[in-house]
Amino acid sequence: MSDITSQSLFELTSNIKEKKLSSEEITTAFINRAEKSKKLNVYVTDNFEKAIDQSKKFDSNPNLDFKLPGIPIAVKDLFCTNGVITTAGSKILKNFVPTYESTVTQNLWSHGAILLGKLNCDEFAMGSSNETSFFGNVQNPIGENLVPGGSSGGSSAAVAANLTPVTIGTDTGGSIRQPASFTGTVGLKPTYGSCSRYGIVAFASSLDQAGPMTKNVRDCSMLLEVISSFDQKDSTSIDYKRNNYSKELSKDIKGKKIGIPKEYRVDNMPDEIEQLWKNGISYAKDCGAEIIDISLPHTNYALPTYYIVAPAEASSNLARYDGVKYGFRSHGQNLIEMYEKTRSEGFGDEVKRRIMIGTYVLSSGYYDAYYLKAQKVRQLIKKDFDDAFSKVDAILTPSTPSSAFKIGEKTNDPVSMYLNDIFTVPINLAGLPGISIPAGKDKNNYPLGLQVIGKPFDEQNILNISYALEDKINFKNDISNWWLSE
Amino acid sequence: MSIDLKTVKHISKLARISIDDEKANKLKGDLNNIFEFIEKLNELNTDNVQALTSIAETTLRFRKDEIKSENIREKILKNSPEENKDFFVVPKVVE
Repeated sequence: MSDITSQSLFELTSNIKEKKLSSEEITTAFINRAEKSKKLNVYVTDNFEKAIDQSKKFDSNPNLDFKLPGIPIAVKDLFCTNGVITTAGSKILKNFVPTYESTVTQNLWSHGAILLGKLNCDEFAMGSSNETSFFGNVQNPIGENLVPGGSSGGSSAAVAANLTPVTIGTDTGGSIRQPASFTGTVGLKPTYGSCSRYGIVAFASSLDQAGPMTKNVRDCSMLLEVISSFDQKDSTSIDYKRNNYSKELSKDIKGKKIGIPKEYRVDNMPDEIEQLWKNGISYAKDCGAEIIDISLPHTNYALPTYYIVAPAEASSNLARYDGVKYGFRSHGQNLIEMYEKTRSEGFGDEVKRRIMIGTYVLSSGYYDAYYLKAQKVRQLIKKDFDDAFSKVDAILTPSTPSSAFKIGEKTNDPVSMYLNDIFTVPINLAGLPGISIPAGKDKNNYPLGLQVIGKPFDEQNILNISYALEDKINFKNDISNWWLSE
Repeated sequence: MSIDLKTVKHISKLARISIDDEKANKLKGDLNNIFEFIEKLNELNTDNVQALTSIAETTLRFRKDEIKSENIREKILKNSPEENKDFFVVPKVVE
């Protein structure tokens, strides 16, 4: 049997069901590895002691019908966990202990999983490199001083470094798919309304979705099956019949129509990404899929639209952090001064920048010019996809315009940082499901990802296409364990 | 269109975030770069386009207005920055 921490969720679950491994053995193995992996800075808060107790409890009376039987899982620190500090990567929430549980994490525990701890992320999920976290940047296990992507950077690094079998992240403009691409792992953003937003620290409510981050496509289907559910506590949760994604997973994609949007061929895109895309197209053909050229004419307007809609919603959502009911408080002579100092000292620079953008575009006299305009363009972007999906079953694109970059390389230029999300943002604006799978490497041997985009609620189809491509691509992440301490 | 220092300070007041002059100047530069990038949207004519207000094509559900959680005062006050078992405490508001 291979080393415990390098096993997939599928293998671990099988080994527990066949009584070849106990939950305690697995949990201990991940904790031991985490103790030697502090250099990566993936954990904000660990739950190791309680996790061991829970694994022993599971082993004493194991329920092998569970979908995640005794499996230890660390989650992004944006999910509220009852009794366990939830910071959203921010100073303003550094001592916040939720008294309730998010629905998606509750779904994990209800299926037998055990909380390992809370993973680092960009502050309030605002960032593409995990460098805006109050708790410091995360190292990408693929190489020293590289960003792991963001905002779910602790999550992507933890999966790639074998510190959790699988994890869940959140994706508002690419925060699951971009870090998955940067670390050679798989990440899926479900259709808007598929996974409950209840108990997730809100960033931009019309865009936010939770989703699985895993080592491979099969694990991704297993985890999606657990976290996707209808929830009365989220007013935008949609009541529809969800698939048994892992059961219906199939590599048979013969006759599927896959669209290739010409607008995703952006200026200055490295040749190796162009080549990666071509390889993906030829693999899809080998699998019997039909390739169709399509056009998504408003692609270039997606990022500017996003940078109005997301900050506008964020500025409203983050109005709750006022130092009164929970979180960090600074002191002032009067109530207003207390608010202003609390927010000034409690938020980091990127979060302040976005609150300011959002406040401006919603302020009197500018609402029509910016916010309303953006909502109209969002309609056009959505219509592009509606039109495309009348001709094709799925769309194949690169996940990101580059591989992982150096820590500090883009921190002084917000716009160049935002450009990272050029291929992922349109999918959030249109509320569609999208998955990133590792598909190759660049000249530095850093992973690159391909994205498969689907129709609303058609996660099964994009999982199947990814499963077929994964088999052809046969990607191997070579990670040297450079960060391990004795 | 460019954003001046006065506007930056006005927005920071609206956003209830205090900023000093140095930060305000830095923000002015950042915001202008970002809005230059956003202005791209003006290339598009959207006169006859309906604004997209909700991506989920469903109407909001109604539910009965009933109390589902009881005796949660302690839970609600648990994370309060100033300790008090009955109230949230703020600086004096009424003179």
